[in-house]
Amino acid sequence: MVTAAPVSPELRDGRERLVRFDGVERVAHWLTALSFLTLIFTGAALYIPALVGLIGRRVLITRIHVDVGLALPLPLLVSLAGSWGRGLRADLRRLNRWTHFDRQWLRSVRRHEPTLSVPTGKFNAGQKLNAAFVLGTMLVMLMTGSVMHWFNLFSNSWRTGATFVHDLFAYFLVAVVIGHIFMALTHPEALRSIFTGKVSRKWAQRHASLWVEELEVPPPTPGGRVAKARARAAGPGGPAGPG
Amino acid sequence: MTSPPRRQSTPVGRRVVLGMLGLGAAGVVFGSTVSRAIQDALSALGSSGNSVAGLIPGGGYFQLYTVTGGYPETPKDYHLTVDGLVKKPLSLSLADLEALPSESLVRPFQCVTGWRVDAVHWTGVPLGHLLDIAGVTAGAVALRFFSFDGVYTESLTLDQARLPDVIIAYKMLGGPVSREHGGPVRLYVPEMYGYKSIKWLQRISVVNSVIPGYWEHEGYDVNAWIGRSNGYSGPGIS
Repeated sequence: MVTAAPVSPELRDGRERLVRFDGVERVAHWLTALSFLTLIFTGAALYIPALVGLIGRRVLITRIHVDVGLALPLPLLVSLAGSWGRGLRADLRRLNRWTHFDRQWLRSVRRHEPTLSVPTGKFNAGQKLNAAFVLGTMLVMLMTGSVMHWFNLFSNSWRTGATFVHDLFAYFLVAVVIGHIFMALTHPEALRSIFTGKVSRKWAQRHASLWVEELEVPPPTPGGRVAKARARAAGPGGPAGPG
Repeated sequence: MTSPPRRQSTPVGRRVVLGMLGLGAAGVVFGSTVSRAIQDALSALGSSGNSVAGLIPGGGYFQLYTVTGGYPETPKDYHLTVDGLVKKPLSLSLADLEALPSESLVRPFQCVTGWRVDAVHWTGVPLGHLLDIAGVTAGAVALRFFSFDGVYTESLTLDQARLPDVIIAYKMLGGPVSREHGGPVRLYVPEMYGYKSIKWLQRISVVNSVIPGYWEHEGYDVNAWIGRSNGYSGPGIS
């Protein structure tokens, strides 16, 4: 779809590329995205009367929905499990931790002020919220979907409650996914990086200045991690795959 | 920027995820109560029953199921037939059914997977009355129901079929049974989970043994009493 080494004017002056997402992260992202889209479309085909009338085949669609749903966390779990997951684990830590800059960033959004003047790490507060929401939704949908699928184990009242929560969070999820796709389409270089893994130094300095600082002067850690991180920051391109 | 507080970070992401999980779990336990409140609010607004209300989570409207490729088309010159172990096989048009003594009920529709619709208005012919007209012969034990979707089937024992509130419904939700809801004619068994209330009903056969229906081949109980079948039995019914 999008190939590496674009020659957009933005990049012409700063050819140096920083690795934003390694190969494992990109594969995990796209497998998860594909699963979510499948779940949204099969879910709609089970829920919206007009689509039910068009597609029908309740048993088959339910089976796809349940199987894909149960498999949904696998790409993330497998990516996190081994040595290949270093990049993803580091990014999860970054997404989890909030500083006063993140609160400042959200305040700026609320007041319709420019957010680019707020120092930002690898991820801004909006991206952090998106990640937390998507992970939380994944767990809630797994929990309520399990009650709906293995209904034999639960009271009618819990079955009703699970159905209610599942339907409600599906609406939230669709809204957030649409927002996510909108942000991606309006930020082409960020979008490119989920295909190629890389961003220009110039983009990073503009959108994630604290991350660039972090790459250049890593926090004092024992052993060779400092040197490795420095090498990754300095080298053009850097290792894109699992180290 | 050089302010020291930058180093101080809090695990907000984890808190958001755990908070959502807590909300979700609370929703499973208390969701049916919340759902009732939403339904009361909707009916106070007078909007229950329209298609938008049907899409509101917890709005208490029907989920529409079909196991074939869509909502089947009613056959031209539709007749409901009653055959098998009967003295007098029947073939009834919709007008014939409407001319028979009818029963009107206001009862809920409860799906085994959890969604339910309270206080649905139903009108139809008691199934026991049809059986009396046809005259069940010796050896008859159960009924087999066939849908004109060509796939769906259901079953009831003769005793279950003769319960006074089991009806062959041609009206529902204040009008003729719509195509999505299984019109022109469907079964309604108030005391059993929704899968027993077969839609697009075309044929009833009186047989000498219980033959499990469509969802029963998928693992659902043949005797589908609400709250007394399909696993956990307990409160939560009415």
